[in-house]
Amino acid sequence: MAKYRFWAIIMIALAAAAGFYVWNSEKTDSNRKFKLGLDLSGGTHLVYKADTAQVQSADISSAMQSLRDVIEKRVNLFGVSEPIVQVEQGGVFGDNREQRLIVELPGVTDVNEAIKRIGETPTLEFKLLSKENEEEFLDTGLTGRMLQKASIQFDQNFGGKPIIGLKFNDEGSDLFAKITRENTGNVLGIFLDGNLIEAPYIREEISGGEAVITGDFTADQAKQIVRDLNYGALPMPISLLSTETIGATLGGRAINASVKAGLYAFVVVAIFLIAWYRFQGLVAALALAIYTVINLMLFKFIPVTLTAAGIAGFILSIGMAVDANILIFERTKEELKRGKSKYEALKEGFHRAWSSIRDSNLSSIITAIILYYFASTPMIKGFALVFLIGVLVSMFSAVTASRTILFAISKDNPTPTPPQKGEGK
Amino acid sequence: MFIVKHRKIFYSISVVLLAVSIFAIVFWGLKPSIDFVGGSLLDVSFIGERPTAEDVSGVLNNLNFKDASVRSSGEGFFIRTKEISQTEKDAIMQALSFGGKYSPTEKTFSTVGPVLGKEALQKSWLSIVLVLLAILLFIAFAFRKVSKPVSSWIYGSVTILALLHDVLVPTGVFAILGHFYGFEVDTLFVTALLVILGFSVHDTIVVFDRVRENLHKNEESKIKTDFETIVGESINETFIRSVNTSLTTLLAIFVLYLFGPEAVKNFTLALLIGIFIGTYSSIFIGSTLLVTINNWKNK
Repeated sequence: MAKYRFWAIIMIALAAAAGFYVWNSEKTDSNRKFKLGLDLSGGTHLVYKADTAQVQSADISSAMQSLRDVIEKRVNLFGVSEPIVQVEQGGVFGDNREQRLIVELPGVTDVNEAIKRIGETPTLEFKLLSKENEEEFLDTGLTGRMLQKASIQFDQNFGGKPIIGLKFNDEGSDLFAKITRENTGNVLGIFLDGNLIEAPYIREEISGGEAVITGDFTADQAKQIVRDLNYGALPMPISLLSTETIGATLGGRAINASVKAGLYAFVVVAIFLIAWYRFQGLVAALALAIYTVINLMLFKFIPVTLTAAGIAGFILSIGMAVDANILIFERTKEELKRGKSKYEALKEGFHRAWSSIRDSNLSSIITAIILYYFASTPMIKGFALVFLIGVLVSMFSAVTASRTILFAISKDNPTPTPPQKGEGK
Repeated sequence: MFIVKHRKIFYSISVVLLAVSIFAIVFWGLKPSIDFVGGSLLDVSFIGERPTAEDVSGVLNNLNFKDASVRSSGEGFFIRTKEISQTEKDAIMQALSFGGKYSPTEKTFSTVGPVLGKEALQKSWLSIVLVLLAILLFIAFAFRKVSKPVSSWIYGSVTILALLHDVLVPTGVFAILGHFYGFEVDTLFVTALLVILGFSVHDTIVVFDRVRENLHKNEESKIKTDFETIVGESINETFIRSVNTSLTTLLAIFVLYLFGPEAVKNFTLALLIGIFIGTYSSIFIGSTLLVTINNWKNK
């Protein structure tokens, strides 16, 4: 049929173009290369627990955000390409879940130094700008320990703009009053981890321990500063829960092994299909090639971080993707035996096999979703995601793609012809 | 018909497999990896000459890692200890060169704290329970239409029995491998079990579906065929598709087992055993059990 032929050609052309793209984008300077997990690229995976005992539960989430920011700044100093720092909640259920920080350092295998630098407790310091040297800030002895709380306020006198309120404890109040009295007109730099986060002018002596910083902040900037200040004021000690280091050579070998296994698996499955189903098998193999290309494209564009287990999931899904084709072809054979014409049998085959295909994929989809949601390691998450994508794509490729191609090739014969060889055998 | 007629042979095979598996699981148990119980695992390989496992154990003893276990790997050793720090690990690596005699390299080093281990165990159980629940719902849905002569809850129970069979055997194999070769079960092993569950539940249902379709057809055209024959025919009709769908999957996994990366070897092995057993049970055990149960009822 002309319609099927048209779509078959479009589909194959698109798949070929996509295949070329996948190949081409693996060149060294492309920014659409496959994202590799640490087990393939080599590197270090660290899981930290944050001690939130001193933080009020309402502030935990923002405190974790600023902890994340601080650690990310520290990690960036290592010069690692694409480090990942993210917040995660531990435990399975409940409100009072453990707060965790995941740090991934690709390419770093000597972790002692990294662990030492990441694990330092952050410091918040107030320093005065030196009068002799514009570049230098001098210690005042006022630190985050003496800051009780920073908060964002919106001041009516200041055009409703956000301002930052500081509240010191008794010790801090006295010291702050002394500093502001003696240094009116000077700049008081606020440093987190040695990085200047704000440098307000001292307008007058401030006693009583409450101060505001005004400035031309956007609400977001003010929020960020408040977060940093509070984080420095209430440092959350972090402790290491787990580490994993994968040597770079091992990662490289794992990639080679995975690619090889994937290629061979494809070839073996294709040979099996062609040997058993001949011409139809060839079409199924073509559909499998389309399946592979779609998957690889999705891995690049979602993007999916590929791990050894993820690639295993993909190879497993290559074996399962052709299941639908087998169901269809076997059903078609049965319909042929019952005396239907080739065209009708094929149509019935696709039609009747659908409920089986849907059900078989449904149980795999459920498994994949549960696995993804309750994955305890990145390996399993990677596997579940790839497996899920694979199953979903296979429902398209094995049914739609192979139907389009098969009908495009089959002779135009919409009306059933009477059986020629009698019933069945 | 062959399969139904000789079902006792297949029952015996399964009974033996199950007995061995349960024996291994109960008496030897599974060896949990550090994923579940916490601890450290150091994978060391040696370039060129390598020391013997005894030498390595000796080194660990000298460094006061009394509970450490050493297992040979392809190019070196897996050293498993209680949770150790980076510094302690460096000390082990240092000592493994035996004063420059060998050149050890660190392939992987992982440390899992006890909290994370406990959590991984909880999460694993939770996902197993959830997958089982989902599968029960799936089965209830698949058999919602009552059929004769065997009522639908029997179809459901047989499916669950078959599933139990399909996960017990690979678990048993890992208990045996654990006992003799130190194989450990980790979170990936649990993942493999869940994939097996999802895969074989459907395989079993396919044959049952065909049984009911044929029962229905015979009823409509008023042909009286006994249940045994119908089940036999249904198995024959679905035999090739059951075998072929599993075969492609098994082929892919087998290739992965042969050529794939080291890290997923045990995972693929579990899948290979589970999917093979799952196919076996759905063809040779599930439907034949229906016949046996039906015969009991008629006695």
